Amino acid sequence: MTATLDLLIVDSIAGVQEAVAEGGRLLPRGGGTKPATGAPPGAAAMLDLKRLTGILEYEPGEYVFTALAGTPLAEIQAELATHGQYLPFDPPLVEAGATLGGTIAAGLSGSGRQRYGGLRDFLIGARFVDGQGRLVRSGGKVVKNAAGFDLHKLLIGSLGRLAVLVEASFKVFPQPPAYATLRLQPASIEAALALMARLGAAKFDLEAIDIVANDAGNPHLLLRLGGLETTLLARMNAMSEWIGRGEILRGDEEARLWRETREFGWLPNHWQLAKAPVTPEQIPALERWLAARGAATRYISAGNLAWIGWPGGWEELSEGLRTLRLGAVTIVGTPGSLWLGTPGNMAMIARMKQALDPAGHFLDFAA
Amino acid sequence: MVLAATQDDVIQTVRACGRHGVPFVARGSGTSLSGGSLPVADGVVIALSRLNRILSLDPVQRTAVVEPGVINLDVSKAAAPHGLYFAPDPSSQLICTIGGNVAFNSGGAHCLKYGMTANHVLGIRAVLADGEVVQLGGASLEGVGPDLTGLFVGCEGMFGVALEITLRLMPRPELYRTVLAAYHSLEAAGNAVSQVVASGMLPGALEIMDNLAIQAAEAAVHAGYPLDAAGLLIVELEGERIQVEAEFAALIKLIESTGPYEVRVAKDDADRARIWKGRKSAFSAVGRLSPDYIVQDGVVPRSRLGEALATIQRLSGEYGLRVANVFHAGDGNLHPLILYNGRNAGEYDRAEELAAQIMEMCIRLGGSITGEHGVGVEKRRYMPVLFSPVDLEVMAEVRRAMDPDELANRGKVLPAGDAPSLASHQPHPLEKAGIITRE
Ligand SMILES: Cc1cc2nc3c(=O)[nH]c(=O)nc-3n(C[C@H](O)[C@H](O)[C@H](O)COP(=O)(O)OP(=O)(O)OC[C@H]3O[C@@H](n4cnc5c(N)ncnc54)[C@H](O)[C@@H]3O)c2cc1C
Repeated sequence: MTATLDLLIVDSIAGVQEAVAEGGRLLPRGGGTKPATGAPPGAAAMLDLKRLTGILEYEPGEYVFTALAGTPLAEIQAELATHGQYLPFDPPLVEAGATLGGTIAAGLSGSGRQRYGGLRDFLIGARFVDGQGRLVRSGGKVVKNAAGFDLHKLLIGSLGRLAVLVEASFKVFPQPPAYATLRLQPASIEAALALMARLGAAKFDLEAIDIVANDAGNPHLLLRLGGLETTLLARMNAMSEWIGRGEILRGDEEARLWRETREFGWLPNHWQLAKAPVTPEQIPALERWLAARGAATRYISAGNLAWIGWPGGWEELSEGLRTLRLGAVTIVGTPGSLWLGTPGNMAMIARMKQALDPAGHFLDFAA
Repeated sequence: MVLAATQDDVIQTVRACGRHGVPFVARGSGTSLSGGSLPVADGVVIALSRLNRILSLDPVQRTAVVEPGVINLDVSKAAAPHGLYFAPDPSSQLICTIGGNVAFNSGGAHCLKYGMTANHVLGIRAVLADGEVVQLGGASLEGVGPDLTGLFVGCEGMFGVALEITLRLMPRPELYRTVLAAYHSLEAAGNAVSQVVASGMLPGALEIMDNLAIQAAEAAVHAGYPLDAAGLLIVELEGERIQVEAEFAALIKLIESTGPYEVRVAKDDADRARIWKGRKSAFSAVGRLSPDYIVQDGVVPRSRLGEALATIQRLSGEYGLRVANVFHAGDGNLHPLILYNGRNAGEYDRAEELAAQIMEMCIRLGGSITGEHGVGVEKRRYMPVLFSPVDLEVMAEVRRAMDPDELANRGKVLPAGDAPSLASHQPHPLEKAGIITRE
């Protein structure tokens, strides 16, 4: 067979198994909202999962749902919202059309992860098709479970290179009925980090702690509270008094701010976007390097993740991150440079690849 | 038995085992309830209790890097001056190790809101069973690439030995508010849980005890529980003071609508401590009512709790054996204790059969065979009921990717295993000695 099919559309789990059994090189795709994680032209056929869609089970009283991998996050969120629940890890690109499977495979959580944890803390089970076309299940559909190895954890951040995720179960929580945000403008990134450090030991249950680095001069520190409408203002006032200043945002303006964050509305057209895990102490050096090159960066979850908006090519960013001993995964932009800088443990990842996809039916992590 | 004094001792031992094809079992404090830390035949036990240093604690990043032999509660003690604590709180936390918690993905009373051990482990340095030393994850809450740390947690020691663990610490809540509600039926208490959960509140703890457990706990520690309750519910909220006070008022109203015959609110810290002491000692206290018992750890969907409890009560009657229930209702994690006397002919077999029925009920209701105690050797034979042959085959392959000769904890978890089966149906030796109690 010489002709390569470049698009395979499947609408069932059996269809995924057949496609894998066919033997060509595949890369699963959901909503296509994270193009940089895709395949360079000609490297693999796209396995389009958008029709593998639907919420299979949802018991609000259980705080658990199970859905097929191609289900749009927007559909899931709408369904959860009718019962006052939400995805506490606050995944990005919901309105852009991100799917559940793509979000897991890219390993993406958003600003709201600050309160209860990230995607890895809420994924409780999954089914996937491995490189030999076998349908495998791990975890379960209950919020607490210690049976068997948690293979589904391997799929978080696996970028479609280990297996095709076909179904996932998540724990969810009741959503805070109201939100408010305190916006501060510290004099420098160091000052923002110092404020954040003070907050670390304070008693505020924050939904989000974001630093917007390069917003026309001073950085912004955004502190989001959520909870009962009746007490929210009092809590907010207590916090702003404790900090000593700040502007309180509520209602539409507040919602818009976080929507823009979630959808990367702040990313200029044609810029690229990468995700870099960091710690607060790494931020000053990273920010100096990035600011000098005109990048726009947001540090979320109390300085644990940098969303790097990048105007140039991947190579320069990768080089810079390498000298800073940081790693990143590319999200929006040109495919072909999946990981930048010094990413995770490549030898271990190679072992996992060997176990789940020995024949290389899915793309290599290098591609 | 190797009593390791340094990380290098562990690495060298694992490598020596690899060279000679000798199986090994890592051991923390040996409190596993599923036989996880039982030695294997002709194997080496690598004792980690002396690797007990907290290597660093960063109050700003809110992380601690610890060796595997560090005792769970010691992490919270070290973090306390910074207003922080380590959230996973198995009732064995006075004595079990972080290495054991990591291996078993251990839980506690606060898992619904805060998750299990896996949610609080960011990085692991480990020696894999084939001798390679690897770093998984790191100090950040986020990562790039497959979540290898998440995979390692809960591996029950079958991938290798954790040498250094980076833990996430959490800020201590400003305020706790605790309420007890007594019901005339266990099912009513179970249904109240569903209503609390449906209300949109997210309690830190939601626990239930049945009458047998109440009686035993009361006799042991005088917690002040209503003695005639058929079901006792404990609910605790925590967080910012202003928010918790408001939610607590709503909670009390809601609980009053679920038909309790008595509602009691903890007046102060001492009162709250008493309530929890009763709850935490209930397990051991019930154990003392009987010469032998079997404890289980099954999970059912929360909405099926009432049904599960009714089934257990019916089975208890049918088999003529007392069953006490003390459990984490918030996450559907049951801990039925089946009481029996091994000296009465046939009673042990009946207890085993009853245990198997409860296990199968959990699977049938869509739950799991274990919420936090792990599979070990004890629940190995139920794995094929929960997972397909392919699932188990792939688990074995992933394990062999790190342990090609199957030396680490050989014979456990996976059903084909041949490690001797656990047959201890009495209080853990440490409980008998009065050193620990359990939930
Ligand atoms: C009274 C009592 C109450 C309990 N309550 C709870 C509870 O509320 N919640 C709960 O979840 N559990 C509970 N347990 C179970 C038990 O305490 C936990 O499973 C605990 O995590 C085991 O820790 P340990 O140090 O004793 O480990 P061990 O029993 O020594 O070892 C457990 C397993 O971990 C492996 N292991 C140990 N160290 C390492 C390492 N460094 N690297 C790799 N593998 C390793 C061992 O090989 C073994 O398979 C209770 C037990 C008792 C006796």
